Amino acid sequence: MKALLAFEDGRIFTCKSFTGPGETIGEVVFNTSMTGYQEILTDPSYYGQIITMTYPLIGNYGVCSKDIESDKIHARALIVKEYIDFYSNFRATETLAKYLKKEKILGVEELDTRALTRHIRNKGAMGAVISTFDLDPESLIKKAKKIKPIQGNDLVKKVTTKTPYLWHNNMPDYILEKDSINLSIWRYKGKKYSVAVLDFGIKYNIIRCLEKAGCEVLVLPAETNADIIKKLKPDGIFLSNGPGDPEPLNYAVNTIKHLLGYCPIFGICLGMQLMALAMGAKTFKIKFGHRGANQPVKNFLTNKIEITSQNHGFAVDINSIKEKGIEMTHINLNENSLEGFKNNALNAFSIQYHPESSPGPHDSLYLFNQFTKMMAL
Amino acid sequence: MPKRIDINKILVIGAGPIIIGQACEFDYSGTQACKALKEEGYNVILINSNPASIMTDPDTADKIYIEPVTSEIVEKIIEKERPHALLPTLGGQTALNTAMKLAKKGILKKYNVEIIGASEKAIKKAEDRELFRNAMNKIGLKIPKSIFACNINDVEKAAQKIGFPIIIRPSFTLGGTGSGIAYNSDELLDFAKKGLNASLINQIMLEQSVLGWKEYELEVMRDSSGNIVIICSIENLDPMGVHTGDSITVAPAQTLCDKEYQEMRNASIAIMQEIGVDTGGSNVQFAKNPKNGEIIVIEMNPRVSRSSALASKATGFPIAKIAAKLAVGFTLDEIKNDITGKTLACFEPSIDYCVVKIPRFTFEKFSETKDVLSTSMKSVGETMSIGRTFKEALQKGLRSLEIERYGLGADGKDIDIEKISKTDIEKKLVIPNSKRIFYIRYAFKKGMTLKNINELTNIDPWFLWQIKEIVEFEKIIKLKGKNLSYDVLEKAKKLGFSDKQIAHLTLFSEKEIKIKRKKLGIIPVYKLVDTCAGEFKASTPYYYSTYEKECEARISNKKKVIILGGGPNRIGQGIEFDYCCVHASFALKEENIESIMVNSNPETVNCSIWRSNAFKSC
Repeated sequence: MKALLAFEDGRIFTCKSFTGPGETIGEVVFNTSMTGYQEILTDPSYYGQIITMTYPLIGNYGVCSKDIESDKIHARALIVKEYIDFYSNFRATETLAKYLKKEKILGVEELDTRALTRHIRNKGAMGAVISTFDLDPESLIKKAKKIKPIQGNDLVKKVTTKTPYLWHNNMPDYILEKDSINLSIWRYKGKKYSVAVLDFGIKYNIIRCLEKAGCEVLVLPAETNADIIKKLKPDGIFLSNGPGDPEPLNYAVNTIKHLLGYCPIFGICLGMQLMALAMGAKTFKIKFGHRGANQPVKNFLTNKIEITSQNHGFAVDINSIKEKGIEMTHINLNENSLEGFKNNALNAFSIQYHPESSPGPHDSLYLFNQFTKMMAL
Repeated sequence: MPKRIDINKILVIGAGPIIIGQACEFDYSGTQACKALKEEGYNVILINSNPASIMTDPDTADKIYIEPVTSEIVEKIIEKERPHALLPTLGGQTALNTAMKLAKKGILKKYNVEIIGASEKAIKKAEDRELFRNAMNKIGLKIPKSIFACNINDVEKAAQKIGFPIIIRPSFTLGGTGSGIAYNSDELLDFAKKGLNASLINQIMLEQSVLGWKEYELEVMRDSSGNIVIICSIENLDPMGVHTGDSITVAPAQTLCDKEYQEMRNASIAIMQEIGVDTGGSNVQFAKNPKNGEIIVIEMNPRVSRSSALASKATGFPIAKIAAKLAVGFTLDEIKNDITGKTLACFEPSIDYCVVKIPRFTFEKFSETKDVLSTSMKSVGETMSIGRTFKEALQKGLRSLEIERYGLGADGKDIDIEKISKTDIEKKLVIPNSKRIFYIRYAFKKGMTLKNINELTNIDPWFLWQIKEIVEFEKIIKLKGKNLSYDVLEKAKKLGFSDKQIAHLTLFSEKEIKIKRKKLGIIPVYKLVDTCAGEFKASTPYYYSTYEKECEARISNKKKVIILGGGPNRIGQGIEFDYCCVHASFALKEENIESIMVNSNPETVNCSIWRSNAFKSC
């Protein structure tokens, strides 16, 4: 089915839908990971975005129910060079097209994804419309121009859990009675590290990694305030990844300010940006973001290089960290941007990339143990 | 860590004459290494016996010995030159074996020469079956199960533990008599009895067979700080049982999900650490059970290999050059990525195209050799093709073989499938051979199902489905015949069909198709190989052609000349034409003329970027 993709700057790409009719809007970004399309689609950090996979053949290994990173697809659409409607993998349960259709997500193919990637690289991530209904370029460009920019918007409220949950049997165990959010909620208090997670759009694999490191994980809505969290007496607090701009999330920054110094805190991605804001540093939007599984990061504490999985469109201003006297622990070797910092006085540390991988290399799993070691002290 | 200043004179051992399994890829790696070491100010001494190599050009090293690559000769050179270090990991198995002999004889110790790249201990651990087995056990990785048996009772017990099929290898026999593969207990008993008799010590080894499993390779690099990166993953179209050198291979791996790929990545890193390769490139091979995903380590080469040459050309990451720099102490984060000029060599290339390598055989020249592929390599050359789809790359690759085929088929060169029986096709599918890829097409045309072909060949259904799509599209082209629309013609080109194939299917002439195509504006574009899938700007002009919308070729106003490379090596046309191309490019440069190299052979030096102004893979 013929489809058209129109960018707000007027660039048009003709393509074909492989998931039937539809129309959708979003910020177009590209990911250079050659594997992991299902994990990427279900990562809540992609909320509101249209994902382009730079690897041209997508669908090869189908989808598998074990490979989800949240309860649904958060991306708005998927753009590929060639959709492969035949999978070969013993783990697969269905084709990617069927999965996208079930989740009502548009998938388009047969466009020059490399040209599109270069366009975004040169001009920056921007809004676009994909449609199979409206094939008039002028009308689509008009629609694309009306798209609200991601900057300045609170996207976390769209993806954070409404109901708190404990992680049980590799899935959320929702706590429906509000009154039960108290100290008695922990089932393994004293046996495992009790970790309260502020959910800004967490990936399941972060929870799995925390669990593997010996934690019992309680996931809380993003707007949970510091008093409630303190009443739970957690051994540690985790600030999750999530979509969009950290700056409008005043409530979260405020909560973190009240929690810093209370117990060990670990933040990943948006969690790091929010922690930085709470410490008085600054954040900004980067031109087209880092999305892939091959970015080299140097750990100053070990002098080792980790190949990392990344997905972020905003970053912490490295100078503002230096000015605040916060210790940098990790930098990106490609462009010397900030990838991690720690604050010993406040017992807190953060990482910009995704140590939980999924998809991507497992080089950085040690960070979860670093967190439990802090809680052991 | 910066480069070492405690060593200055380095002896590099080349691979010697071209033999099957060791061709000009080691000229490529050796040349790159010598150049890189010279660039860093080291005094490079080279020994190689092959005069047709770029490596033995006077300016590649400071001193070159064109002598037989044997431990005796190398000893004499060491005695005379007194090098501080010996780099044996870039000259194939010949160089590695020679270095090991020198170490064993105590010559390296005597003259105080240090092996750099991989230590004697690491090489031993990777090459000795028993040491390798222990090393893999230690890190929890599986290798094919094997059990020794001295009587039939032992054999029966062992068979239960291993499971069929089982390979029987008698210990201490002359010429491997008595070995075979048993698929059931009757066959096993038969082989076991013969084997026990044949063995001088009445002992046989029973080994788990992984015939038909999926085969993968990962190219790994490590620096002296212990940083490890994966350069490329390769999936073999031909499953286990066919030597990798004789297999059609594809980069990157196509049918692994992220969790499976990471499992293999983790295993490769663990192997690199456990074997203890200090610095440089290695190659790890895995077999994977398609039914349950179980992986088994087949082998590890603690040196650059043929696959490294392919991986370098497939990704744009110059493995041999970087390996040489790592050997003298640099770390990955101290070396720039030549292609982007900005980012570092410490990363894992991401590619946005599909690469297919196809071996070139010369069975017609050796009538006594049967066209059957197995575990010993028989191909004499190879071709690499790049496309935006697997189908495009496959057809392009088959064309580049220069065996007068213009794609997978429908080029006027097919056998008459009416005249060949289904049984004959089945035979060609069951026993791997140089023409099997064409017979898969015949099988589909004859109405055989994908499942059926998979059962006969064990080739992964994903590849078979891709081939089927090519076959299906032939029908569409034929059906449209004289009224080829823009859409059909464009799609045909995107699936890798040549004008000749389209002409054959539509009964037009090749020229007519070409004119029609150009009139419709369906012309190839050139895309960059940039190591990073477009994320960063690339500065080196390494292109492949494809049918897409945007062309990235940067065309200068300079005078320019196209140099056509020799394509895949074959008998009578080998490395010497690589030599000629490289020198032609040099001569043009001296005259301030831009040279554009066109070639399809990934083993060659002329395909590497620093030699010419632009390189286009066909």
